[in-house]
Amino acid sequence: MDNQGESEHIVKSYEQELGRLKALLTQMGGMVEAQAANASRALVEHNSTAASYAVQDDLAVDRLEREITDFAIRMLALRQPMAADLRLIVSSMKIASDLERIGDYAANVAKRSLVLNEMAIPFSLSGVANMCRLVQENLKNTVDAVGEGNADRALEVWRSDIMIDDVYSAIFREQITYMMEDPRNITPCTHLLFMAKNLERMGDHATNIAETVYYAITGDIMPSDRPKGESSFTVNRHNGA
Amino acid sequence: MSVTEQARPIEVNQETGAAEAAPRMVIRDLHFYYGNTHALKGINLDVAEKRVLAMIGPSGCGKSTLLRVINRMYDLYPGQRAEGEVMLDDMNIVGSSMDLNTLRRRVGMVFQKPTPFQMSIYDNVAFGVKLHEKLSRAEMDERVQWSLTRAALWDEVKDRLKAPATGMSGGQQQRLCIARSIAVRPEVLLLDEPTSALDPISTLKIEELIDELKKEFTIVIVTHNMQQAARCADRVAFFYLGELVEVDAAATMFTTPKERRTQEYITGRFG
Repeated sequence: MDNQGESEHIVKSYEQELGRLKALLTQMGGMVEAQAANASRALVEHNSTAASYAVQDDLAVDRLEREITDFAIRMLALRQPMAADLRLIVSSMKIASDLERIGDYAANVAKRSLVLNEMAIPFSLSGVANMCRLVQENLKNTVDAVGEGNADRALEVWRSDIMIDDVYSAIFREQITYMMEDPRNITPCTHLLFMAKNLERMGDHATNIAETVYYAITGDIMPSDRPKGESSFTVNRHNGA
Repeated sequence: MSVTEQARPIEVNQETGAAEAAPRMVIRDLHFYYGNTHALKGINLDVAEKRVLAMIGPSGCGKSTLLRVINRMYDLYPGQRAEGEVMLDDMNIVGSSMDLNTLRRRVGMVFQKPTPFQMSIYDNVAFGVKLHEKLSRAEMDERVQWSLTRAALWDEVKDRLKAPATGMSGGQQQRLCIARSIAVRPEVLLLDEPTSALDPISTLKIEELIDELKKEFTIVIVTHNMQQAARCADRVAFFYLGELVEVDAAATMFTTPKERRTQEYITGRFG
């Protein structure tokens, strides 16, 4: 994250360390993006190889999270950062932890898609495919916001999470309908519901990252009235479940 | 919740940065000249009562000059003059009618290097008191103990009060100077980089002491150590080229300063 064309540190090694921290975050963001893409391919295209990549990559993502946390703690101890530097370093730990969660959820989606591939699914996956696309898009924008230090882009991500919430509610409603139509659908639909929930959580963590990026850059917190989508709790009630 | 909200037990208006504790000293449109050099350019600053105000900024920014003005130290040098107001109650410190003896009693000062006099520990503390007050022997003993206790030095020196002060360690000497300053019971205590010549443990002792002293005194500290300002001060004022750039609660200044120049200075990007 950059601080809007700020001049360089007097201490070059400090500047280099901040650069390395940003590079690690971008690298981790890229890996998690790839994980999400593979999970999406696993689900939508029934691609088992992609699924296994998404699962395997989890280890590397976890390692990177630890590396970022260790590096940030080291910088806090040795540099005693202030103001924008302090915000960036503390934020990098939060961002790494959110990215790690996103990676976990992506791996989960991939694992379930392997199970789902063994079953006959007599309905379309277009809703979940749509959700995958939205989550990937938001994730990409988030990672870009981190890389560019772009508060406006972060704000965009934060606002667009409502679409993911809405699609999630629609999928929830859809799956319940399928289950009511034919009890044999219950197993695949339950898997799909869990996957949709995982995708929805990925979107939430991307939103968290957007908030963190915004704070790191501007020093302000985002306005608290984030647009929220329809909750699956109310969907539940509409369906009399 | 913002980061700044609960960091310090001081009521500060987050919008204006104004300390809502009553101001003890009010500086208005203060200018200072070293001959032709315009060293302070229209400073406006409130110093809140029983709080610690830290002044930071690169060398030559005017922070030490301001401290010297508050103590009228510049009187000793021809060609140096101040314009404007530094009000301590209804007394203008930089006014021509200011009685320097009164000022020295009401405003104490501790310097960068410990400056113990060539006399005993006891006499160092009693010296200033004798100039301003007639105390009996018992009263003076009591005052010396009071001062040394507040300067967190009593336990270390109570058995050798007659020993020469110059035999003490640097950290002890500095605490002795603080004891000497507070012995005349000033209202305002000025500290000019009080720990820059001290080791880290002595530094922490002085910082702990500052935390105690602010219960009774209004403190202004000049420091080059940003972390020290962050640890000790309730409010921090950033000076640059003779101007007051920004003043705010310490927690705000070090996490989310408003001015770009403040940000660059405290993150080590210029100075």
